Amino acid sequence: MLIGIPREIRPAQTRVAATPATATQLIKLGHEVVVERGAGAQAAFPDAAYEAVGASLVEADHAWRAEIVFSVDSPTDEQLGWLRPGSLLVSTLDPAAHPDLVARLAADGVTAMSLDAVPRISRAQSLDVLSSMANLAGYRAIIEAAEHFGGVFNGQVTAAGKMPPAHVFVVGAGVAGLAAIGTAGSLGAEVRAFDVRPEVAEQIESMGADFVRVDAVDSEISSDGYARGMSAEQAEVAARMYAAESARADIVVTTAQVRGKPAPLLITDEMIAAMRPGSVIVDLAASTGGNAALTRVDEIVVSDNQVTVIGISDLAARLPRQASELVGTNLVNLMKLLTPAKDGAVVIDLEDQVIRSMTVSHAGDVLWPPPPVHVSAAPAVVPRTTVVAPVEDPQVLARRKHQRTLYGGGLVLVLFALVGAVSPLPLLAHWLVLMLAVVTGFYVISNVSHALHTPLMAETNAISGIIMVGALLQVGSANWAVTVVAMAAILLASVNIAGGFIVTRKMLNMFRSGHTQEASK
Amino acid sequence: MTAESLVQTTFIIAALLFILALAGLSRHESARMGNLAGMVGMTLAGVATVGYALTHSQRGIPLTLVLLVVPLLIGSAIGLWLALRVQMTGMPQLIAMLHSFVGLAAVLVGFSSFLDTAASTGGSETAHLVEVGVGVLIGAYTFTGSVVAYGKLSGRLAGRPLMLPGRTWLNLGAFLASVAAIVWLVMAPHGQGLWPLGLVTLLGFALGWHMVSSIGGGDMPVVVSMLNSWSGWAAAAAGFMLGNDLLIVTGALVGSSGAILSYLMCKAMNRSFISVILGGFGEGATVSGVDRDYGEHREVSASEVAALLRDAQSVVITPGYGMAVAQAQYPVAELTRQLRARGIKVRFGIHPVAGRLPGHMNVLLAEAKVPYDIVLEMDEINDDFSDTDVVLVIGANDTVNPAALDEPDSPIAGMPVLEVWKAETVVVFKRSMNAGYAGVQNPLFFRENTVMLFGDAKDRVTDITAAL
Repeated sequence: MLIGIPREIRPAQTRVAATPATATQLIKLGHEVVVERGAGAQAAFPDAAYEAVGASLVEADHAWRAEIVFSVDSPTDEQLGWLRPGSLLVSTLDPAAHPDLVARLAADGVTAMSLDAVPRISRAQSLDVLSSMANLAGYRAIIEAAEHFGGVFNGQVTAAGKMPPAHVFVVGAGVAGLAAIGTAGSLGAEVRAFDVRPEVAEQIESMGADFVRVDAVDSEISSDGYARGMSAEQAEVAARMYAAESARADIVVTTAQVRGKPAPLLITDEMIAAMRPGSVIVDLAASTGGNAALTRVDEIVVSDNQVTVIGISDLAARLPRQASELVGTNLVNLMKLLTPAKDGAVVIDLEDQVIRSMTVSHAGDVLWPPPPVHVSAAPAVVPRTTVVAPVEDPQVLARRKHQRTLYGGGLVLVLFALVGAVSPLPLLAHWLVLMLAVVTGFYVISNVSHALHTPLMAETNAISGIIMVGALLQVGSANWAVTVVAMAAILLASVNIAGGFIVTRKMLNMFRSGHTQEASK
Repeated sequence: MTAESLVQTTFIIAALLFILALAGLSRHESARMGNLAGMVGMTLAGVATVGYALTHSQRGIPLTLVLLVVPLLIGSAIGLWLALRVQMTGMPQLIAMLHSFVGLAAVLVGFSSFLDTAASTGGSETAHLVEVGVGVLIGAYTFTGSVVAYGKLSGRLAGRPLMLPGRTWLNLGAFLASVAAIVWLVMAPHGQGLWPLGLVTLLGFALGWHMVSSIGGGDMPVVVSMLNSWSGWAAAAAGFMLGNDLLIVTGALVGSSGAILSYLMCKAMNRSFISVILGGFGEGATVSGVDRDYGEHREVSASEVAALLRDAQSVVITPGYGMAVAQAQYPVAELTRQLRARGIKVRFGIHPVAGRLPGHMNVLLAEAKVPYDIVLEMDEINDDFSDTDVVLVIGANDTVNPAALDEPDSPIAGMPVLEVWKAETVVVFKRSMNAGYAGVQNPLFFRENTVMLFGDAKDRVTDITAAL
């Protein structure tokens, strides 16, 4: 089918819904692509690049009259007028905030899918624009902060004195938060981060930041993967932590949002007043009200004590090239879902959870809101959710494990002392030999390459045939019963010795590197 | 220098050679030398012991020689025959069977040591009897455990775990009863210890049978190496009863190496060692997530896969037990050769617990002459999947299940897996849409970039090679 890629007309919008690379993929799926002249200009994709991959260049109204229209921003009234009944519009519609727009699309007979309504299930992650944009926003948040922060990020010792590293505090370890942590860390800053979900501590630590622990913060789990607010006492404990951390930090990045509600106020006026002059707050929740008291949407505010509060709402748009590539790829993944046969025929399967959730209007009906998608557990990396599972503090678990090891070790020592105390002296010499051999075995085996486990096992098998030595010594006994039993033991053990060594050899002869294989040819 | 000290010196050399053997086997380059060291050590120990046994025999030297050599030759012949005949896919069974021999030999050595009290060297009667009891118990446990493992691995017994009610208590009871029987053995008047010793043997048999029976087939790699460990401890116990340090050293080497292998594997599966050996896994054996709607899977034909491969730059093959079952390693190796001849980068990703034996997949691929330097471990390849065009999943399921990472309530949650889904396209070879060993549905099959190729893995791979 014909896919139209119009130029985004809002002034701050630098992205485009398809790049030359993603247009190629769309064409591969059996579609035709028309691109409005200048659509990619802001993101540094010239018209010629689109033409080169087989897309044709058209005027605005033509692009909007295509059978399928991709647009990053929701359409204006004029653009809505161009849409044809029965066409498919994929855009960021924010249906919860704009029911009138959804109603109009339904009335016009347009099938509309909203990019911000992708359900939070793993299968849909490849088309989740929110998370790909959040990733860029997190990165850009640190870059913006760096511009306004009058210091270096990494600690240095120079001839002219020592500079301490910048302290960065990140609230919320969703996609944006984690990206901010990674970026700040790579610039050399010391990063601390907090999230109400204790289970993301590991992710935070894996990005090289310290997880700020708060006792007694845990809230109900909700079945849809989104959390409600915290109770009063939890909020109080958390507030104390925010005060302490923000006062300590040079740069604070906040990313806490609760879906369908204004963002929670985390950094109050008093906390900002207590921060060092020259510090910077980047509020990624600005568009939903902000996490900091002074945040103004799309403005940079400086407080009385010289703390800069950055409330730019669309940080990802400041990285237009990559942002367009990610949006474009998300859209390609959506089209893969919609064109299962790769023949250019679009199938809107409302039985599919992902498609159903994204579709806000179809065949004249308003389909928003979709039936709830039950996510039984929080997906791995999700921004804006504040689910808290009653997970035990890993530190407590580690401590308990440590204690168990300690007690276990103590018990073994005591038992061994008892055994040793009742053993006759010559036996103790054997114990010494046993212990040394165990330790030797441990170190010898610990770094065996995985591929050799089977030959190793066959080898140890052969070696354990050493038990034959015992049987050999007994054969000479004057007692016939002993002799017969010992002979049987020799027989069994020798099967092992011969079998084990030969099998090992056989296996080892098979293992050849590519190099020796070629040499032998 | 006396004959005695010569023998002891030889034993020390043999012990050192055994350590070198195990150390050598830790790397490909030195593995063959390691095996040689093991053989030399064993020969030295054998010759020295035979010499010592002949000179100290209570029968005539010629008769003793015959009594020694006849079983030795028969046993070696059987061992050679087994070793030369075995197919690489039958390796797990063979190794389990060999373990059972060590176990039984330990029982027999225990009995003859008991009957031949003269063999008791160091220490008092009590200590010796305790050693005999412990040695026989471990030996008996290893024997039946290995026999059951052999049965399960060779398909003669059902792989499904046996679930007796209160099995932990049964195990504990049997263990306590064994301790009591050993106490009885020590208390029994001289010459009447056969009854309690027989009881210890039976309890050991029962314990081994029950413990391994209650472990599911999916945990077999751990079981095999655990039995390997026990066979070592059995030898060490025999060393104690005979006052022979060579047996103690060798037994302890084998025992600790087996224990470490089991531990490493349990760690790779994110499972507790204790719960595996107590048969905790598969408890309730619920198939999770089958009610959930994962969407549709897409089927593909062998020729389409061939076309995919032709256009690919980088291919990763992740084999599992299914490849062993279908004996598909030769066609897979052939496919690899053809792809490499076309200049396509082909590598293998091996999960630590793929197959029924640690390192099982590596052995199968080596058999089919796949160079070992393109066969990589999970940690080495996991980061490369995002740059891979096509992943062929051949007979693996749980080891490539994304649910282990993103569904915390899944029974395999937390187990490290091969992250194949990050590749451009994943082709899954499978006989049907059934769940894997852990009984867990695999969301991988329903991913957007996954296609399914149904049928016998060997036939399908051959078809692809033909279509290329």
